[in-house]
Amino acid sequence: MEATQVAMKEFEPKIVGFFCKWCAYQGADLAGTSRMKYPLNVLPIRVMCTGRIDPTYVLTAFAEGADGVLIAGCHLGDCHYETGNYKALRRFALVRRLLEQYGIEPERIRLEWISSSEGSKFAKVVTEMTEEIKKLGPSPLKEVA
Amino acid sequence: MRIGFYICHCGINIANTVDIEEVMKFASQLDGVVVAKDYRYMCSDPGQDLIEEDIKSLNLTRVVVAACSPRMHESTFRAACEEAGLNPYLFQMANIREMVSWTTDDKEAGTEKAKRLVAAAIRRVVLHEPLEARRESVAQAVLVVGGGIAGIEASLRLADSGKKVYLVEREPSIGGHMAQLDKTFPTLDCSACILTPKMVEVGSHENIELLAYSEVKDVSGHVGDFRIKITKKPGYVNASKCVGCGVCTEKCPVKVPSEFDMGLGVRKAIYVPFPQAVPLLYTIDRDSCWYFQKGTCRICERFCDVGAVDFDQKEEIIEIQVGAIIVATGYDVFDASKITPLGYGHLDNVITSLEFERIINSSGPSGGEISLKDGTAPTSVAILHCVGSRDENWNRYCSRVCCMYSMKFAHLVRERIPEAKIYELYIDIRAAGKGYEEFYNRVLDEDVTFIRGRGAQVTRLATNSEEEGKLVVVCEDTLLGIPRRIPVDMVILSVGLEPQKDAAGVARMFKLSCSDEGFFLEKHPKLAPVATATPGLYLAGACQGPKDIPDVVAHASAAAAEAMAMLDRGYVVLEPEKAVISEETCSGCRICLDLCPFDAINFDEEQNIAVVEEVGCDGCGVCVSACPSSAIVLRGYTDEEILAEVEGVLA
Repeated sequence: MEATQVAMKEFEPKIVGFFCKWCAYQGADLAGTSRMKYPLNVLPIRVMCTGRIDPTYVLTAFAEGADGVLIAGCHLGDCHYETGNYKALRRFALVRRLLEQYGIEPERIRLEWISSSEGSKFAKVVTEMTEEIKKLGPSPLKEVA
Repeated sequence: MRIGFYICHCGINIANTVDIEEVMKFASQLDGVVVAKDYRYMCSDPGQDLIEEDIKSLNLTRVVVAACSPRMHESTFRAACEEAGLNPYLFQMANIREMVSWTTDDKEAGTEKAKRLVAAAIRRVVLHEPLEARRESVAQAVLVVGGGIAGIEASLRLADSGKKVYLVEREPSIGGHMAQLDKTFPTLDCSACILTPKMVEVGSHENIELLAYSEVKDVSGHVGDFRIKITKKPGYVNASKCVGCGVCTEKCPVKVPSEFDMGLGVRKAIYVPFPQAVPLLYTIDRDSCWYFQKGTCRICERFCDVGAVDFDQKEEIIEIQVGAIIVATGYDVFDASKITPLGYGHLDNVITSLEFERIINSSGPSGGEISLKDGTAPTSVAILHCVGSRDENWNRYCSRVCCMYSMKFAHLVRERIPEAKIYELYIDIRAAGKGYEEFYNRVLDEDVTFIRGRGAQVTRLATNSEEEGKLVVVCEDTLLGIPRRIPVDMVILSVGLEPQKDAAGVARMFKLSCSDEGFFLEKHPKLAPVATATPGLYLAGACQGPKDIPDVVAHASAAAAEAMAMLDRGYVVLEPEKAVISEETCSGCRICLDLCPFDAINFDEEQNIAVVEEVGCDGCGVCVSACPSSAIVLRGYTDEEILAEVEGVLA
């Protein structure tokens, strides 16, 4: 029991972040510019739009050893490309169900709307998600491997 | 593959929480990396020279720089690559400042994350293909949205430089809020006297096409080639015939509250908002006109000597092409009735600052007479600062202009009613500006009582004979540390500045971002205060945040200068990140056609394949991730490139 607790404590999840260039990535930049401290577990990848995110990216991330995936884009209605985030929203519902069938808990994937002025929201989301995945432990796919 | 890797210390900004030496060692061992170097400031000239020399002497085929956000210096380093003969798109940046060093105090963890991002960038850059940015010409015209002082100033600056300007204003006249103001602080210039010459200049300028009583309905295209659809609302008066004589207004039997006079005065159903309106063209307000509402009247038509009234006028759609857009949609004032305890809307003689501007104005509804509801002059006036500003419940920000205009009010009341008692209830006095502190001192010497404390309540409930029949302002005097009750005849609420009610809709149409408060977001708060994230789209005035008139004028001139520089250069560089459909792989399923937000995909019936129209494509990539045959590639963001990053950050 104690040993697992120690192991859990040392577990630093790897979370792949897909952030749209117009809102979430800028929001993340703002969190940095504002010197907000947050856990370093989210590894950012810049995409043009959340609508560009192919569900296979999420699957690949888990297959490559991610413990979680965070997708963040513009608020609904604020998409730089008008409706890309709606497409992401629909694909998200699909990919989440798909992941469940692989035995991956739905909490491991998260979709958030973060505007370019919401640095504090970015820091909050990253902190929350890191905590949550720390509680869940490493991805079940890792055990299989 | 010969990759050069460069890491920036950014002084201590990166080096403090990322072990530069270690990241450099890590990168030098990655596949394809032939050189790894560090420098204190990679973006400086010597830093760029370092890269350029290596490209030439070591025959580098790819470059990766680990430094700040690509939003800061991607273009800098791309230019350096190009300078040295390397295609600028064979470059990738790893953001280890905004995303890493500034977000942590833990150097070990920071170094680890930096390594992950560097690994991703290096794996990605291997897959980069040389791309060509396209040059397109710039339409030599500018759209200015909003005809307040910001839009007026921007239009005049552009028009004077010979640029064609389309100025769109939704009200029947330009002038905006400034036209409603009486005097301007701290010089006490008459607002109309300094504004109207500019309005007249706009109306008569050969390079300005003034589209009043019009609204922008649709915006498409991109920098250098924006396509705009404008709706010209019917005013039912023929502009080419109307001579502005005003007989129609005189004869019109309908009286409605005047918006220009904040509902304190009346106007007719056929009207000009104010005498100095530009264009001086009478407008029929359909919602109050008897003919439109009841089907009979048409008195104005009968009395119009020149036959300008035209009840059959229809809405007109105007389509224009411009190279740049300046959004100058201004602000709205805080709705004081939201703060019920202050009595606005249910207590007589509690008025807002904008209403007072109209009351004190000699061309206003009371002819400049300060009077109470019963017609008598007030013997005491309280001016409450920060109504809706610096307030956790409403707006947390300072509206910047209220302290100054409140003190201007005190001065004007003193001028008209020499014996009046005048109170200013303030939190702090913010008088930062040229001549502002001096004005504050001047008002202090004019026997005005300054009480440090926010007005909490305005009530008619008297607790003693002195308060009988008065408005009692309840506040805490924070200098004396006691609660106070101040009986007065008139209360002026100094309401703050807010985004326009429909700012979110405007933001959506022009693809602007908004700050938390709802004002439009500039590209950089210090170094790019008029540019936005969208190239060719600029902000002017209070739509970007509360500003006083001198700041608005400076901001608007800056926006005009940026637009002018872009138009004068004559071309824009369009990013090459566009979708391309492979003829061989496309199955002709047409899924992508409906997904494209810009209708940039056409279907070639003959070949039975979809084709991307490059000019229309904005590079979002929605079609790419939806294509069941993987026939679409987004240049610069291919599946392989993104997946290489995924593998890189997890390696």
